[in-house]
Amino acid sequence: MSTPASPVGASPTAETTSERTGAQTVWETLMRLGVDVVFGYPGGAIMPTHDALVQYPVRHIRVRHEQGAAHMADGYARASGRVGVAMATSGPGATNLVTGIANAMLDSIPIVCITGQVASPLVGSDAFQEVDITGVTLPITKHNFLVRRVEDIMPTLRKAFYIAGSGRPGPVVVDITKDAQFAKAPFQWSDAPVRLPGYRPDHRPQSPDFARAAKLIEEAERPIIFCGHGVIRANASRQLLEFVEKTDAPVASTLLGLGGFPASHPRALGMMGMHGESWVNSAIQQADLIIALGMRFDDRVTGNLATYARGAKKIHVELDPAEVNKNVPVDLPIIGNVRDILEALTPQLEKRIRKEWNASIDAMRSEADVRDILHIPDAGRLHPAHVIHDLWQITKGQALVVSDVGQHQMWEAQYYKHEYPRKLLTSGGLGTMGFGLPAGLGAKVACPDDEVWVIVGDGGIQMTQAEFQTAKQENLKVNVAIINNGFLGMVRQWQEFFFDRRYVATPISSPDFVKIAEAHGLHGQRVTRREEIAEAVARAREAECTSVIDFRVEAEDSVYPMVPAGANLDEMIRRPPTGGQSQ
Amino acid sequence: METKRRTFIVYVEDRPGVLNRVASLFRRRGYNIISLNVGRTHEVGVSRLTMVVEADDNTARIMEANLYKLVNVLSVEDITGTPAITIDLALIKARVTPEQRAEAIDLAERFRARVTDVGAETMMFEITGTQEKIMEFAGELKPYQVVEMVQTGTVSMTRGGEGYASQVARNHKPDATAA
Repeated sequence: MSTPASPVGASPTAETTSERTGAQTVWETLMRLGVDVVFGYPGGAIMPTHDALVQYPVRHIRVRHEQGAAHMADGYARASGRVGVAMATSGPGATNLVTGIANAMLDSIPIVCITGQVASPLVGSDAFQEVDITGVTLPITKHNFLVRRVEDIMPTLRKAFYIAGSGRPGPVVVDITKDAQFAKAPFQWSDAPVRLPGYRPDHRPQSPDFARAAKLIEEAERPIIFCGHGVIRANASRQLLEFVEKTDAPVASTLLGLGGFPASHPRALGMMGMHGESWVNSAIQQADLIIALGMRFDDRVTGNLATYARGAKKIHVELDPAEVNKNVPVDLPIIGNVRDILEALTPQLEKRIRKEWNASIDAMRSEADVRDILHIPDAGRLHPAHVIHDLWQITKGQALVVSDVGQHQMWEAQYYKHEYPRKLLTSGGLGTMGFGLPAGLGAKVACPDDEVWVIVGDGGIQMTQAEFQTAKQENLKVNVAIINNGFLGMVRQWQEFFFDRRYVATPISSPDFVKIAEAHGLHGQRVTRREEIAEAVARAREAECTSVIDFRVEAEDSVYPMVPAGANLDEMIRRPPTGGQSQ
Repeated sequence: METKRRTFIVYVEDRPGVLNRVASLFRRRGYNIISLNVGRTHEVGVSRLTMVVEADDNTARIMEANLYKLVNVLSVEDITGTPAITIDLALIKARVTPEQRAEAIDLAERFRARVTDVGAETMMFEITGTQEKIMEFAGELKPYQVVEMVQTGTVSMTRGGEGYASQVARNHKPDATAA
């Protein structure tokens, strides 16, 4: 940390009307907006702002690649519910943020990215390290700003934070020219509400909608509730619990909704969609009412739209009107915040018991249970599902888990049972390999008392493993479980199922991850057999630094069930009764 | 669902890059713009777009919702089916010899087009009206050989009531800060 014990010069408590440089204004404003950590990387056009940091007690975590900064800000935001901040220089610094920005956009994560820009007289001249980053990020930000005048820095940052965090959240880029960072202007902090005449993040639902919803729920015999990311974003888990107690309806989760409803609850069904549990997808196809809460009927959730949940009326509770009727036509949209709507709706409902419906789902569940790989002896093999299951048991389901993208991500979603919101962070919409490690570090910064596990494949970790050194330098302790099968496993699985096993470009070699960990000054172990898991996990937890376990798992395990892209939701490829190992 | 021509009136903050945001939204969502006209209004800081698009009912509603999500968009109104004045303005230059002038002027009068310039070998006409009327006029000029043509794009204003810009300006004074 580059934080002096006592900040010299200006501080938020000091005289608020004296002159500040633009660079000082950035920090003055960030501090007043409650920011105490920024993930960044210095460079020419942002140098004045980094230089001014010596005066302010804001923690700056210097990453190894700007993509890491954006993912860390994202992980920080997901874990804390606050706005995460990333900072980079112009040109390549800014373009390196782009994947992380798109990732935050697709998953509605509030981050603010502050980038330096070349001095305003040079803007548009193809100057050294000049990139039109507001142009580049236009379609992948909720909004963005180019700031050329020192006077505009404070009001713009206030707008950026407000836009990022309100309504349906998302990333905002603030690009500040170098001369604006150097220039001086009187600094007068304003608490006045941000004025954005065209921005209306809040929607008040109409009360007749509640009566209609209550009637639909009343009339339904086989209702099913969808718990989406919106439940977590709105902190509506308690309200959802009350709603379920009242309606006795089962709850299916989207990938990003996992943890929004406790997995141990008898009405919790688990994940829906392409790799959803078989009983969940079947229940959706059999339901006569879907109550979708804060989700967007993504193609990975619905399968073939023409046959999707045809027998079900649909109530769609959603903050963003542009998501209503986008993919699936609904009978009753209710636009607004999930928590507000459940608070208004639940009292209007009669308590119901739905014995038959729930019993029929439970029956499908026990039928599927027999095929579960957990009930198949490992016979000396190390199955990824077993690794994740054991990790769940050892950590008592209490860890904050950050997964990367691919097969391990789906096994995590199936076998690590999450009880609480904000304890599973994963890249859902964009599916960004390389997200796991940096997002895990960002989550650790947000929740230093949490036990953080990064679950990542051998492909994903090689995309952003430079951030191991950030963990070392910043003294961040996370545990990293590499599910190492020597393949880009999810693509390999598709090749197996849909491309006649032509394994083109999917076999991938890896460095010795134990040595990699040690070379970074971190703790490294290797596990090749199931009986070694418990001890290795115990040692990892004991280590004071970030700890890496290289799990050498079965090379060709597949994720089951699987709904092929575009197939009917209940036409799943199921695990063969033998357990489904290929060789 | 059946697609049809729709007209949106969109009020936006008059600042750099806003048109780009609107155009980028339509491009990335694959919406088809038939005509787009942009200009300032009588209210400082408020610009007005007339957009003619081809869309079915549901797509039109989602377009509107997506336009609202742009932070700089002040209001969106789908005026398809609302009584409105909808016109285009075109300038058309044709090769007209001095001997043909009288005949060409007669033609222009039939379409209520104005002759805005007369050169040694050309005449320029200004015509306002619907797309259909303009294209018909251009067709009639064909025998003379049209050498240049430009259209402004459709502009629309609903009949009666209060201009929307005035309401917008009253309700949401755009702030003066740049960015």
